[in-house]
Amino acid sequence: MSDHPTGIKRWLFTTNHKDIGTMYLWFAFTMLFIGGAMAMVIRAELFQPGMQVVNPNFFNMMTTLHGLIMVFGAIMPAMVGFANWQVPLMIGAPDMALPRMNNWSFWILPFAAIMLVAPMFIGGDFMAGQGPAFGWTFYEPLSGQYDKLAFFIFAVHLLGFSSIMGSINIIATILNMRAPGMTLMKMPLFVWTWLITAFLLIAVMPVLAGVVTMMLTDKHFGTSFFDAAGGGDPVLFQHVFWFFGHPEVYIMILPAFGIVSQIIPTFARKPLFGYASMVYATAAIAFLSFIVWAHHMFTVGMPAAGELYFMYATVMIAVPTAVKVFNWVATMWKGSMTFEVPMLWSIAFVFLFTIGGFTGLMLGVVPVDFQYHDTYFVVAHFHYVLVTGSLFAIIAGVYYWLPKWTGHMFDIRLSKIHFWVSAISVNILFFPQHFLGLAGMPRRIPDYALQFTEFNQISSIGAFIFGGTQLLFLYIIIKCIKGGDKVSDEVWEDAKGLEWEVPSPAPYHTHATPPTVK
Amino acid sequence: MSASHITKKLAVLSGLLLAPGVALADYALNMTQGVTEISNDIYDLHQLVMWICTIAGILVFTVMIYSLINHRKSKGAVAAQFHESATVEVVWTVIPLAVLVAIAVPATGVLLDIEDPSKSDVTIQVTGWQWKWQYNYRDEDLSFFSSLAADSNEARQLDADPSLKVKADNYLLNVDKPIVVPVNKKVRLLLTSNDVIHAWWVPEFAVKRDAIPGYINESHFTATKTGIYRGQCAELCGKDHGFMPIVVKVVEQAEYNAWIKSEKAAIAAAAGDSNKTFTHDELMAKGETVYKANCAACHQADGSGGGPFPGLIGSKVATTGSIEEHLKLIIVGKGIMPPFGAQLSDADIAAVTTYERNAWGNNTGDTVQPVAAKAAR
Amino acid sequence: MEPEVIAKTRVSNKKTAGKLLIIVVAMFGFGYALVPLYDVVCQVLGIGRFADIESGKYDPKAQEQLVKDMAANKDLTRNVTVEFITVLNGGMKWEFKALQKEVVVHPGVMSTVDFYAKNLTGRDVIAQAVPRILPGNATKYFTKIECFCFTQQIFKKGEARNMPLRFMVSPALPKSINTITLSYTFFDTQPVALK
Repeated sequence: MSDHPTGIKRWLFTTNHKDIGTMYLWFAFTMLFIGGAMAMVIRAELFQPGMQVVNPNFFNMMTTLHGLIMVFGAIMPAMVGFANWQVPLMIGAPDMALPRMNNWSFWILPFAAIMLVAPMFIGGDFMAGQGPAFGWTFYEPLSGQYDKLAFFIFAVHLLGFSSIMGSINIIATILNMRAPGMTLMKMPLFVWTWLITAFLLIAVMPVLAGVVTMMLTDKHFGTSFFDAAGGGDPVLFQHVFWFFGHPEVYIMILPAFGIVSQIIPTFARKPLFGYASMVYATAAIAFLSFIVWAHHMFTVGMPAAGELYFMYATVMIAVPTAVKVFNWVATMWKGSMTFEVPMLWSIAFVFLFTIGGFTGLMLGVVPVDFQYHDTYFVVAHFHYVLVTGSLFAIIAGVYYWLPKWTGHMFDIRLSKIHFWVSAISVNILFFPQHFLGLAGMPRRIPDYALQFTEFNQISSIGAFIFGGTQLLFLYIIIKCIKGGDKVSDEVWEDAKGLEWEVPSPAPYHTHATPPTVK
Repeated sequence: MSASHITKKLAVLSGLLLAPGVALADYALNMTQGVTEISNDIYDLHQLVMWICTIAGILVFTVMIYSLINHRKSKGAVAAQFHESATVEVVWTVIPLAVLVAIAVPATGVLLDIEDPSKSDVTIQVTGWQWKWQYNYRDEDLSFFSSLAADSNEARQLDADPSLKVKADNYLLNVDKPIVVPVNKKVRLLLTSNDVIHAWWVPEFAVKRDAIPGYINESHFTATKTGIYRGQCAELCGKDHGFMPIVVKVVEQAEYNAWIKSEKAAIAAAAGDSNKTFTHDELMAKGETVYKANCAACHQADGSGGGPFPGLIGSKVATTGSIEEHLKLIIVGKGIMPPFGAQLSDADIAAVTTYERNAWGNNTGDTVQPVAAKAAR
Repeated sequence: MEPEVIAKTRVSNKKTAGKLLIIVVAMFGFGYALVPLYDVVCQVLGIGRFADIESGKYDPKAQEQLVKDMAANKDLTRNVTVEFITVLNGGMKWEFKALQKEVVVHPGVMSTVDFYAKNLTGRDVIAQAVPRILPGNATKYFTKIECFCFTQQIFKKGEARNMPLRFMVSPALPKSINTITLSYTFFDTQPVALK
């Protein structure tokens, strides 16, 4: 471990995929807590009807920043962190293909995050809510009313640079640096899902950069892309945004599919069922994600023909998604299952993600979407797919690979408590939100009519428990890094894959001589 | 579903435990059936899709739970090594496809039913404003604003007395002036916006349509039952997005005709007010009402302001500044303050100006008459 | 590394840099080429006539021909109601209305309707009217021959005037459409310029 700089220089100048992966994961973890703290403010305000904690503008700022931070700061960087750590280990490569760019794409992130939250603190009155407060979807013309819009725009630009460079790196690594014998159809599914995700990112991040640049010139340079007064069109904004936004949803969930597809076969002691169909289903979902964007805008007044097309295309996504769920269940079927912590999280993922998938199907049906649209039903839906979907898979992945990274087994008793409390409280948190939405509570409101009180209170209680429990996760990780039972190279009984053939903890340089895959 | 019954019980229980101060209101677990044919169709479609999803979920989860119980190592299960089957893959691709067709067919039917080009009986132009609705009865030359009721507005302020919420009539779902429409008549809505995007939503009519600046959107409903129906803005439109409710009163045709008549008479009377002279006390009383409904959301009920909204206590505009400047500011607006000229009558503007110049210790002693407001326009 | 390897790497690096430079120049050039390319594409496909009218590039002969064709197929037995909606954006202090709330026209017959506007803001205003048509699929069957929305309207302080709209509904209008709603939203262009 002496062949690299130590101290702060190690982290600033590192080109090592493991160091960079670690930094991505810690960054994501920090952001998870910041975004989570904002969610706690939201749920505290919604605990009772009436305004108790913050003013409406501050509340809107919380929902906006919570969404942006969780999407761009927590889920996406965590997935890139996994890619950095695991892709070279899993395909038998010594490092990422473009190590210096790897360093750069990480170090942009902290500055982007600072730029995003900085406006909160600029101006006289913190409690007035001085940050962006126009929703994470930043619809024009509302976002155009915000005077410090440029901060937000440049933060998004930086995040986009980082994502695009990260994706180029992942594609280059996967396509060029596989060990001899590792053909594409022999790659672990996690690698496959990331390869497809990286292509999605490269395709849509420039669209996001484009839309915010158009906002910038509208705001400061006299153009009228989205301003009807100058011949522009506010609905055009939504089309361009969702052309990015919908694939973005799959960018967050596809690597999660990959992680779960690694974990379930290990603990079922049975190869993944339908590997090839999993790959094709992932590609099909990625393709469909580009042609369904307007299902987020069924109420803008599209012609019926357009609504019908987007409805048909949207419900089609249920097919490859269902295939994936069936394959996971078939992998468990007639296996010899044990329920180690990563497996528990993965099983919870399959259950709860499926619920989110079903509500997604319901939302895709245009006439009923007129009732669901922009209500808490939508909030419940996307939290089921993003929290109990993406986040649960991330946590499962951390527990699965943490022993390999640190060489120590984590505290099993505490991690089981972490799982059970999280899995129960997350349902207390989000399930009642379905009822709220159906009963007519719009989303993004800081205060509500009295008939919504009970379910909001239940939801808030679930939120406080779920949020608090994640501090336990932090403790478990730190404890595991500091010490614990030594693990074998294989870590999990009969685990398959190249990452389990290197020593535990994984040394600074691995696969210096490429392994051969038979 | 038994699960939802349990949740319902839990809801009641925790409501009792946690909120002794808040009266237990009605709470719903499912979508409203509504009072229009379309809202009923949508409800049926919702039930259909929900049950399909529930049954599919039960099937998948049953298999999974069976496997989790029986195929575990601790029970001595030995892993089989099968890992693919083209037949199975084809079967479980085709079955979901068939289910989707079963959903798409009725969904298409309902959607095409919603597109109904037949002639309507009443046309209302709905304009979204930050943060209120403007309604314009096209055939009647009747136009007015509808904003959050004053009692709700007072109760929703930060650190307001919690009991006010319970006392308020339909907290947050009540307006100062509801729209009135006849029962069993087709009402056509033409939606647009004055500033940012809003969405007009009344769940009982199953109408949710965006109001977009520069656009005109169309929707319609035919309510089959008289009553009062409430909804809210459903598109984030800024600070007070949560505080611009919609109230629709569905009445018999005769009552509707009478309402139109009395509204027109009231407009004629208000026009007369422009030239009337009021006493100082009359203006103060009227001014307080106008202030609470229109100004208190930003400048606070006690005139203290907050954040980007300046306080009015002792402010230059409301004390030493000229009355004309003060009137102009209210009529034309400034910066983030919207213009109120279009929605307030001369008498309202005069009254609120008088109120601001004399309330909270701004004792200028000024009395502003409607004629001055008229001149300032 | 061996010196010849280093030399080889240098050569190949230079080649790569050269290729990348060419790509950068080509992309930049493509960006510039987009303007004439769009013009060609729009001309061929006949889109963006509104913009053409504004920029003066629009060919009036083509419109004349279109109007002639429609008039040749006029259908005096069919009645189409055209109703007018007027909206003022941003609480603009104007008076703006159509002098007729609605008119009944025959497809293929030219009609004229006057709109009245008065500037009450107390300053000179440059305003732009933005049209929308309901239902959306009627848009291409509604031809505006003369419209105040084609250009920005300059209204002096306190000025009032009538503005004509001359239009024709195409005989090809689908039979299911009996009512066309035309909305105009007037925007004060000053906030755009200042923003």
